[in-house]
Order: sequence, then structure tokens, then C-alpha cells
Amino acid sequence: MNVSSLTPTAAPTAAATRALQRKWLVEYSMPLGYVVLFAVLAATVENFFSVANVVGLMLSVAQIGMVACTMMLCLASRDFDLSVGSTIAFAGVLGAIILERSGSVALAVGGGLAAGALIGACNGVLIAYLRVNALIATLATMLMVRGLAFIVSKGQAVGIADESFISFGDARIAGLPLPVIVVGICFIVFGILLNQTVFGRNTLAIGGNPEAARLAGVRVERLRVWIFLLQGLVTAMAGLILASRITSGQPNAAQGFELDVISACVLGGVSLQGGKARMFGVLIGVLIMGTVENVMNLLDVDAFYQYLMRGVILLAAVLLDQLKTRGERR
Amino acid sequence: MTAYLEFDQVCKFFPGVKALNGVSFSAHAGQVHGLLGENGAGKSTLLKILGGQYKPDGGGLLVDGKQRHFGSASDAIAAGIAVIHQELQYVPELTVAENVLLGRMPTRFGLLDKPKAHRLVADKLAAIGVDLDPGARLADLSIAQRQMVEICKAIMQDAQVIAFDEPTSSLSHRETEILFRLVKELRADGRTLIYISHRLEELYELCDACTIFRDGRKIVTHPVMAEVPRERLISDMVGRELSDIYDYRTRPLGEARLQVQGLDGHHVDGPQSFSVRGGEVLGFFGLVGAGRSELMRLLYNADARSAGNVLLDGQPVPTGAPTDAIAAGIVLCPEDRKEQGILATASVAENINISCRRHDLLGGLFLRHKREAALAEEFIARLRIKTPNRQQEIRLLSGGNQQKVILARWLAEPGLKVLILDEPTRGIDVGAKNDIYRIIHEVAERGCCVIVVSSELPEVLGISDRVIVMREGAICGELARAEASETAVLALALPDTAAPPAAAAAAANAPAGAATNINTQYPSRSIA
Repeated sequence: MNVSSLTPTAAPTAAATRALQRKWLVEYSMPLGYVVLFAVLAATVENFFSVANVVGLMLSVAQIGMVACTMMLCLASRDFDLSVGSTIAFAGVLGAIILERSGSVALAVGGGLAAGALIGACNGVLIAYLRVNALIATLATMLMVRGLAFIVSKGQAVGIADESFISFGDARIAGLPLPVIVVGICFIVFGILLNQTVFGRNTLAIGGNPEAARLAGVRVERLRVWIFLLQGLVTAMAGLILASRITSGQPNAAQGFELDVISACVLGGVSLQGGKARMFGVLIGVLIMGTVENVMNLLDVDAFYQYLMRGVILLAAVLLDQLKTRGERR
Repeated sequence: MTAYLEFDQVCKFFPGVKALNGVSFSAHAGQVHGLLGENGAGKSTLLKILGGQYKPDGGGLLVDGKQRHFGSASDAIAAGIAVIHQELQYVPELTVAENVLLGRMPTRFGLLDKPKAHRLVADKLAAIGVDLDPGARLADLSIAQRQMVEICKAIMQDAQVIAFDEPTSSLSHRETEILFRLVKELRADGRTLIYISHRLEELYELCDACTIFRDGRKIVTHPVMAEVPRERLISDMVGRELSDIYDYRTRPLGEARLQVQGLDGHHVDGPQSFSVRGGEVLGFFGLVGAGRSELMRLLYNADARSAGNVLLDGQPVPTGAPTDAIAAGIVLCPEDRKEQGILATASVAENINISCRRHDLLGGLFLRHKREAALAEEFIARLRIKTPNRQQEIRLLSGGNQQKVILARWLAEPGLKVLILDEPTRGIDVGAKNDIYRIIHEVAERGCCVIVVSSELPEVLGISDRVIVMREGAICGELARAEASETAVLALALPDTAAPPAAAAAAANAPAGAATNINTQYPSRSIA
């Protein structure tokens, strides 16, 4: 048996080391970039490196962070969801109305979550079974759900007075606000879901190649509905937390939120072609988004320039990714 | 005769692999020079260097005695070199004429001169004896016709060197004949032709000389192809002796395990029934488009059936999705490995474990990474899968090794009962073929049913206990191993039922002759 001749002879060691360095750099460029960014900001921007500010930063990205977890699954399966911003608003409004009418926190939370799950499931059925393009399907539900939010609230913000409901956004455990703890739990749960379960693996498989995944025994349609259902559920949770933080259900809340979430995922290295996603990357993406916004606020940068900056950063991250994959192909 | 094209110590390295290691050989004008070797031996890399897609890391090439360095594909085209890749490069939405003249469309007053373009291309097509409408869209043509367009483009560019990378891998019998005639005409025209194929019969028919590669090195150049015995070619390629690549052994056959009753659906003509015994290897032969793959997809629940039942060991197999077939023990290695088989961006280990992992979860929920890794390692060793490690993305493996990974995916299923292989060795080298035949026999020896769909007649005859022939969407005959000769099988497979078997077989083997209309001869499938 000539096994030895089958295995490729080791390339020159210099080249091998270079390849290894390269791989390492590709793998860790974003976290490294973030560490450098954080260090530079801590050294140069006044008030940035304080417990209060860092906690505030985390609180400001809590909603984006939660929804980014499920958006990651959605993008990893080569799908897309534009309806999350509307769902946040609708869940908040619905929760506030139920609370106002019934006075029951459990009913309000349950109703909001159920509505979110239902919206997600509708998206999933439209896309997986009725084969509507994900972009179009969720664009339609985005408009419809936003409309519903305005209809049920008659276009007005719905105030929340219940103390226990408000405490969702307010309470602190070990000095950390509850939303930050919830988003932390989300990252852990969805990280495990992605890497340690058949669900996560199959999600990546259908993103990589849906037909091959189907022939390998994956129930593609059912899985896609589940992904969207989870997305709706988590989004509704984020909506309820937002409502509790601002003590009202706002029908026009979270406009443009879906694009922030998708940006964070892309910054975190999730491939829009599907099949590739890492929870840690998404965490970094979310932190980069939050940090940049936080710093611009600290520096009192005009809101108009903030839009410009966010666009530039997103583009830069995507170009970086492009360069990396080009390096692979050559 | 002088060497028109010369490779001089060409080297190309990829991370961890020496794809080409100091390869030198020369090809002469007016000759067809065959390149042979297993997948991953370096043939395609060499063509990519020739076509300007890769830059060599060492050495160079001479065209007509002059040293050439190609920075891009257009440099190579300018130097009169055309490479016709296995995956054809064309714009499906454009017409034949537009594709042939892509980037060089004639203009008149600054506007495209379509009539002139059509005339130019029509003339050239007529000159090479191909009957194609210059105004037809590429997307509407068969693969063979698209290939003709590609060749026409090469001739239009006045390429003196034309290289073919496995041109016949998706062509029907008749389409292949037309290609061969064209290649021979180009040779007579004094051009230098490079021809890669895994089919030795083709190489013997076409090539004047050949060079054999193994593991990125040139093993030998035979200046006169006809003088080289077949066994010598194979042992040079594989690096070991292969006496009988099919490795057929008689096995005791059990009772009928799989019974297909009146299965009907899209692209299948009427209800089809057959059965397979335990331990039996059943070959399915037919021309391209005869409905074999479609029938297998119905059986596997990959497409919805309109009628029929599948019984396995007397129990009905649930319909619905492929998952249900897999749960019953029926698995399929699909025809189109790249589009339907592999999860391209996932690792080798992931591709092996994707299905079988459901049987072995921690608490019914969590993956057992260590066991999955061990399982992957076990199959990599057992099936001799050539990969740097189990984490390698499967798309970076050669075709034969990808196929072995797909096989490993199904061999890892504890409840495997029926293994269906659709074109299992298409585009795969002799060494890996032999490994796959060995696996097929092992599976059959375990008492499983094995169905092999193949367009390669020697393969079907070599490995099957029984052969079923399909024609135009229906099963048209069945032959036991002893009575399955090439003539008998072809007589059933060819559409002309009136002709006596011998005549039909002769017709199939005869050159295309004057009939060059490839539009109508045989049903040919286009890429979906």
C-alpha cells in the first residue's frame, strides 16, 4: 500500500507557516479589530471606559443583539427577514394594549410572544411552502405588520403604568440590567443551538445547498418554518422589553431596525450566500455597531454623520470579507 | 515535426499541496495529445495554467518556440490558446452568435451588427459541420450543443492550441461521435490538441500521444498511443496493478427485498415495476434521458409520485420526503454530485455525519462531537478518502473523493437496506472507481440491495448481477448477468426497435457519418 505517496508532501515550511498565519488572521481579524478599536477609544475618548458607559452601551444593543441571534440562523439558511422592525413595534403595542385592558402581565407577555411567533410562522410558510421569495414575503409582512401596529393602537402610543412590567427593562441583577442579561442568555442559547444541535447543523446545511440537504434527509420546509417562528418569537420578546424600557407601546418604534440587525450579522461574518455563521462573530458585529454609535454620541457627532459612518463601516466590513475570500480562491 | 506547445518544469503549489511538481512535456501540431491521471493528479491545474487562469509558481511554457507568460485568460486567448473546461463558460441568456463573438461583436455605426454576426457564425458552424441556429439562446440548447458553441468560439478566435477537459462526461453516445469527428478535423487542420478524459476507449480512439500524471508529477509520455497496452496505462496512472477493476464476485442472493410496484410520475412513462433481491447488484442502463434517474428519484421520495408503491421486506415505505425513505433504509447518491450531493462549504466530517447523527445524540438533542470525529476518521481511512484532514471543506476535494464522502454518509446509516447510486463514477479516475466498486460489493455482501444507474455500459456489465434497460421513460427489458452482453443491452436501449439487435448495436458504434444534426437524434438533457 502506497499510502505515503497519496498524502500530499508537506509544502515548504515557510509557505506552511504563512498559510497558518493567514488562516489565523482571517479567523480572528474581527475580534482583534474590535479589541484594538476598544483600546483606542478607551484611551482617547473621555468617559468611554467607565462601568456606567459600557453597561449603557450593552443596554443600547440589547434589542439588536437578541434579534441578531435568530437573524443569524435566518441568513445562515440563505433566507432573509425584513419584518423584524415591524414585529418589534407590533409586539410592544399589542402587549401594552392587553396590559391596559386586562391588567395581567402574563397575558400581555404571552399575547405579544404569541403574535410574534405567528408572524414568524406566516413568514416561514410563505417562504418554505408557498415558495415566495424571502425578500418579497418579509417586505410584505413588514408593511402589513406595521399597518396592524398602527391600526390596533389607532396611531397613538399606548402608555404602560404597571410597575412589574416596567421592571423588565429596569431591573438589575448583579449590577447588570435585565435586558443585557437576556441578550447574554440569547447568545449562549443560540450559540449552543447553532453548534451543538442537529437544528443548527441542518440550518447551515440548507443554507449551503438546499437540494443536497433535502436529499441528505433534512426536512427543509419544516426547518425553515421553525427558523422563522423562532425569529418572530425572539423579536417579539425584544419588542416587549423595548416597550417596558420606554414605558409605552409605540407603533412607529424600531423603524429601520431590520437593517441594523442584518448589518450586525454581516459585520460578524455571516455569509448572505448562506451556509456560514458563527455566534461569536455576530456578538462582535453587534458590539462594533453599538460601540461606534456610543462613541459618536459621546463625541456629540451630528445624527446625519452617524448614518454616514454606519454605512462606511458596513461597507468596509463587507469589503474586508471579500478580500479574505478572494485570498482563499487564488 | 516540431513541438508546438512545450511545458518546461511547471510547478504550482497550493497551501499544503504540490498540485504540479516540475512537469515537462511537449505536444505537436497536428496531433491529439491525451492527458491521463487520477483526479487530483494535476491535469486540470495544468490546463488552468495553459488557459492563463493560474500563474505557475515555477517553470513556464513555450508556444511555437517562444516563451510565454500569461497574466490572464485574455493573454492566453491572444496567444492562440483555447481551453474548453469541463464546466463550460457561456452566457445562457445570449444567443449562439453572441456567445461565439462575445467581446468581439461586429459593429456598424457604433451599433451591434447582428445580421453580420449571424452570418459570420453561421458560416463557421457550417464549415465545421454543426447544424445550429446562430440565433438560438444557449439556455435552450443541450450540453453537447453548448460544447459545439464553445469549440466554434475557439476556432473563431483562431486558436492553434485547443485543450479539452473531459468533454464527453455528460454527452450521449451520438453526441460523443460528433465531438470526435470535430476533434479529428481540427487535428487534420494542423492544430495542437490537448485532450483529458478518464475513458480509455476514447483516448485510444483519438489520441496520437499521451502523458500520464500522478500526484502532481509527470510519470511518462508515450509518443505513440496505439503501442501502449491498456494495463500499462492503468498501472502508470494508479501506481499499482489493477487486474480487474470491477472486482466482481458471485454472491448468494436472498429473497426479493425491495419491490417497486407501478411507480409513476413526472418524466416516467407509465407505471414501472421491478424488484431487487437481498445481496443483489442491479444495474440500470439506458441512454441519457431514458428516465432512470427520474425513476430513482421517485423511489427515494425526492420527487412526488403520481402512483405506485414501494415495499421493503414486505412493508410499505412511507411517501413524503427523502427523510422517510432514509428512515426506512433506502438511500440515494445523486447523479449531480456537486448540486445535489455534497454540502459544498461544509467539512468532510460534517458531510459524513449529516444524516446518521440523529441516531446518536446526547439526551436526544446535542451532538456528540468526539464520536462524529471518530466516525469521520474511520470512514476516511476505510474508504481511502484523500483529504488533508476531516475539517477540509468538501468542495476542495477531487470528484472521486467527494463521491466517497457521500458513500460514507450512507454507509454510516445503521439501518441501510437499499443503496441507490446514480452515475457513481462519472468523472472519476480508475483508482477511485475500483474503490467504489469494492464498496458496492461489500454492501451487497451484507445482504443489502444495490441499484447502480450508469451510462457506462462496461461498468453496468462489469458489476451487476442483473441489468434492467430503460428507454424513453419506461423499463423495456431485463437481462441476467450471463445474457447481458454489450450487443444485447444496446439493442434494448436504442430507440429503433424494428432493427435486429446486431444491426442496432452496429449503428450505435458506427461513426456519425453525414448525419450531423444533433438537435433531434437522441433526447439530451439540458442543465436545469
